[in-house]
Amino acid sequence: MIEPVSDRRPPITPQLALRVAILGFVALALFAVVFFRLWYLQVLSGDQYLADANNNRFRELRIQSPRGEIVDRDGTVIVRNKRAVVVEMDPSELPQAERDLASRWGQAAGRRAARPRSERGSQVRIPPIPTAELRTRFERLAGVLDTSAGAIHRQVVRSLAIVPYSSVRLKTDVPRSVLAYLSERAELFEGVRVQQTYLRDYPRDKLAAQILGTVGEISPAQLKQEAFRGVPQGTIIGQEGLESSYDRYLRGEDGIERVQVDAFGRPIPNDRLRDSEPVAGEQLKLSLDYKLQLTGQRAMAGPLNPGDKAGAFVALDPRNGEVLAMGSNPSFDPDLLTKPITQKRYDALFGDDAGAPRFNRAVAGLYPTGSVFKPITAMAGLQSGAITDATVISDPGCIDIGTREFCNAGDVPNGPVALRQALEVSSDVYFYRLGQQLFGLDGQVLQKWARRLGVGRETGIDLPDEFEGLIPDRKWRARLNERERKCRPGNGGRPCFALDIRPYNTGDNVNLAVGQGDVQATPLQMAVAYSTIANGGKVVRPHLGLEIEDGQGRLIQRIERDPARRVKFDPANRQAIMDGLRLAAQGSRGTSTDVFSGWPHDRFPVFGKTGTAERPPKGDQSWYVAYVQSETRPIVVAATVEEGGFGAETAAPIVRLLLSQYYGVDKRIVRGDSRTR
Amino acid sequence: MNEPASNRLGGLRLPFDPLLMLATAGLLVASLVTLGAATGDDVPGDPNYYVTRQGIYFAVGLIAALALSRIDYSRLRELKYGIYGLMMAGILLVTVFGGVTRGSRRAIQLPFFEIQASELGKVLLVAALAGFVVDRSRRLGERDTTARLVLVALVPAGFVIASDLGSGLVYIAILFAVLFVAGVSWRHFAGLFALAATSIALVLAAAPAMGVTVLQDYQSERLTSFLYPSDDPGDAGYQQNQSRIAIGAGQKTGRREQATQARLNFLPEERTDFIFAVIGERWGFAGAGLVLSLYALLVWRGLRILTTAKNLYGALIAGGIVAMLLFQVFINVGMNVGIMPITGIPLPLLSYGGSSVITTLLAIGLLQSIYAQGRVASATKGRVLSF
Repeated sequence: MIEPVSDRRPPITPQLALRVAILGFVALALFAVVFFRLWYLQVLSGDQYLADANNNRFRELRIQSPRGEIVDRDGTVIVRNKRAVVVEMDPSELPQAERDLASRWGQAAGRRAARPRSERGSQVRIPPIPTAELRTRFERLAGVLDTSAGAIHRQVVRSLAIVPYSSVRLKTDVPRSVLAYLSERAELFEGVRVQQTYLRDYPRDKLAAQILGTVGEISPAQLKQEAFRGVPQGTIIGQEGLESSYDRYLRGEDGIERVQVDAFGRPIPNDRLRDSEPVAGEQLKLSLDYKLQLTGQRAMAGPLNPGDKAGAFVALDPRNGEVLAMGSNPSFDPDLLTKPITQKRYDALFGDDAGAPRFNRAVAGLYPTGSVFKPITAMAGLQSGAITDATVISDPGCIDIGTREFCNAGDVPNGPVALRQALEVSSDVYFYRLGQQLFGLDGQVLQKWARRLGVGRETGIDLPDEFEGLIPDRKWRARLNERERKCRPGNGGRPCFALDIRPYNTGDNVNLAVGQGDVQATPLQMAVAYSTIANGGKVVRPHLGLEIEDGQGRLIQRIERDPARRVKFDPANRQAIMDGLRLAAQGSRGTSTDVFSGWPHDRFPVFGKTGTAERPPKGDQSWYVAYVQSETRPIVVAATVEEGGFGAETAAPIVRLLLSQYYGVDKRIVRGDSRTR
Repeated sequence: MNEPASNRLGGLRLPFDPLLMLATAGLLVASLVTLGAATGDDVPGDPNYYVTRQGIYFAVGLIAALALSRIDYSRLRELKYGIYGLMMAGILLVTVFGGVTRGSRRAIQLPFFEIQASELGKVLLVAALAGFVVDRSRRLGERDTTARLVLVALVPAGFVIASDLGSGLVYIAILFAVLFVAGVSWRHFAGLFALAATSIALVLAAAPAMGVTVLQDYQSERLTSFLYPSDDPGDAGYQQNQSRIAIGAGQKTGRREQATQARLNFLPEERTDFIFAVIGERWGFAGAGLVLSLYALLVWRGLRILTTAKNLYGALIAGGIVAMLLFQVFINVGMNVGIMPITGIPLPLLSYGGSSVITTLLAIGLLQSIYAQGRVASATKGRVLSF
């Protein structure tokens, strides 16, 4: 094949060759740049961009699962759910200007809060709505939600300042008509999401309000906790009370609806996406007896407590620590806490001026106990050998110990009394002497026995807000002195916590022996201590949770609470104390005998002790703790009313009412007139 | 300097460059396949709406290119004033009567379709400018010559820039390439570059500072947005961000039917400006690389034909066309991968649109003509000096 044409092509000029070469190199360089960029995007960073692309197209909608219901021991519903419509604002649909404004305001408010109170100056004002377009949006929405554009703006800014990524709940529980209006005109309400949600519903009004607790969205701090590992952001969890203690059973699992959307946010079907169904939470059965609880709360808030003073009551099954009733007065309607509330309104409803109704005085109220402490002192005296049940102490009404004079209430002399009589008539002098005697022994036996029986330490109840209280002893006094010494120079030499700096002395021990002075105990601790004596040494761990059940009430899991510990004491000593307590409620000179007049002691023998704690400058605090012996249904009830006067005046009649309810005895209100502490 | 064996089929001389043909055909197929995949849902009831139309444009363009390749391009030199006049008339007509699309005046509405005069003007400019250069080829070293040629190209470029920045820049790229191939002295180039740099600085920085509006807001925003990616769909940076995500998500071999960036419309202008991102997402590095290789082949063949042209006129036209293609490919793909500003330059042969497709095919027809004429000339009497 002879084809020499190409060989004969004349050479091009060197200049053109150079320039073509340059053009070629430029082309090569440009293609190389693009190729490397492609390599970088697709091969080196491909995973990242693939994730971005999927982020673009998926919207995950949370389908809230209903929390489990809470029922009493007979299945009476105490907490349930109701469906509600909430209107939320999706922060990612807000203009950047609004988000920036919120973060700046948040920082400014944070700086202000960090300054000392005196230098804070006025509140940091929230700047006006940044863009006209947003103002129009907010105004349109405000018209529907019956509020103002400014109010929505402030809500959005406050919420974003705290949690920047979380959706802002604008209104909870809106009427159906609003829901329909908003969903039909979704394009007019950019960023507005209308969602079905569940709110906690309380069909029994104020019943057990303090112990049920509240629910709320999981906080950023909680998300990091071990207990909430795997819980997605935005989940509603129990934040307080039983809702918090049993959250992992009640919570359930939210469903997730994954939606593919296009660039305009319109949903585009995609059958590859898997939704997960919400799983409802489990039902919590409480040990509470609804009727007993109701009786207790009514008694606390009713005519037995004429001044409607603050107070609390606890009813325990002394065999196992099941809490049959627990209430705190004043109470409140927990429904108020299911919706957003302004700080001002919150303070008005729940502040100190309103009697701090959210405060659960049964587990967190720390009070001197007065004479209901005496069985503990008796146990310490008997067990340490300081006395026997036959030891007689003369009670002339008043005695001098050290430089101080200690007297019975009204200086009434009781004559020579042994332990049983001392408890029956509640002889202070007997126990003053005992306290004095126990002070002389090694090892602070009184304190030791108080703590053994469960006072001055946490009972371990399944509520998160329990306080441990205080049994004063030498060590405590030394620490107090230390703090006082450090504090006084900065306080101009004036006392800070304690009037004087001195060691723990006989007087302190004498006071403690009758539940006076610095001792601080909760009604629950007293109930536990009485239970321990009554049941022969088993320190029960009180609990409200009884069973976890499924939605149909079928048992899933029993909540077993082992006793915290056992204490050993001589049964004869226990018997002596129980005899004294029976006499106090039934004997001719018993301090609460008149309260229990007409009570069928033959069927339901009551062992009870009154108490009257002095809390100057306030009035006396009324106490009563009772144990009812029963083969099948024993009970220990403790009640206290602040400024309620003598124990027999208010607390004991309340306890009688509770016992009447529990045993089906005719409810009779008898106010005792014993003026004994 | 042996021609590749593929240039002969069984000893038969082909009247066209087969590699150029191959590259062109490959790109046309790529365009139809991509449009078919990306626009199936765009027109309800007619999944092939855009494919059909693009196919018709290809047919028209190919027939025109075939015709052009069979005639001697050198005769166009005599028509240079007519060609230049036609180009200017089209551009001016658009400037006065043109329809407005997204803020730019670009097209003349005709009963059946609209002509984008600035597209067609690219190839017309190449033909006319090369003719003017050849006329003054003996006085190429003079500053006066360079100035005149620059003026000849800048006048239409100026009009086009006023409405369509990207196309105007293509005109300037053509001007530089033609002058470069013609052999204008380096000193003149240095001066031209200095001039260009100064005017860019003036337009982008100095003029706005003095309150003179040279570029529309949307234009300067698009020019600078590739420096600032954005999530806001209202921003120009959003488009490039989405384009980058689409390409990156394609990874090595593409997402095929899962190419959601294009299908769910996150990718803007998927038929035209961002069609390369569609390819990158759907067929990954493999597909995008293949398309780029086809362009590289196109450019290589263009340069090769430049060197085999029978006369300077042919070399200049080839140079102008290579520059036109290279510039458009680089700017468009660069914009898709996020290293070049958004200028609204279509990707030659791939982007949907009649004017761009036909213009590019005409240019390829011209290249084929230069190739064929070069072969004829070298076969008969060696290089013809027809200056």
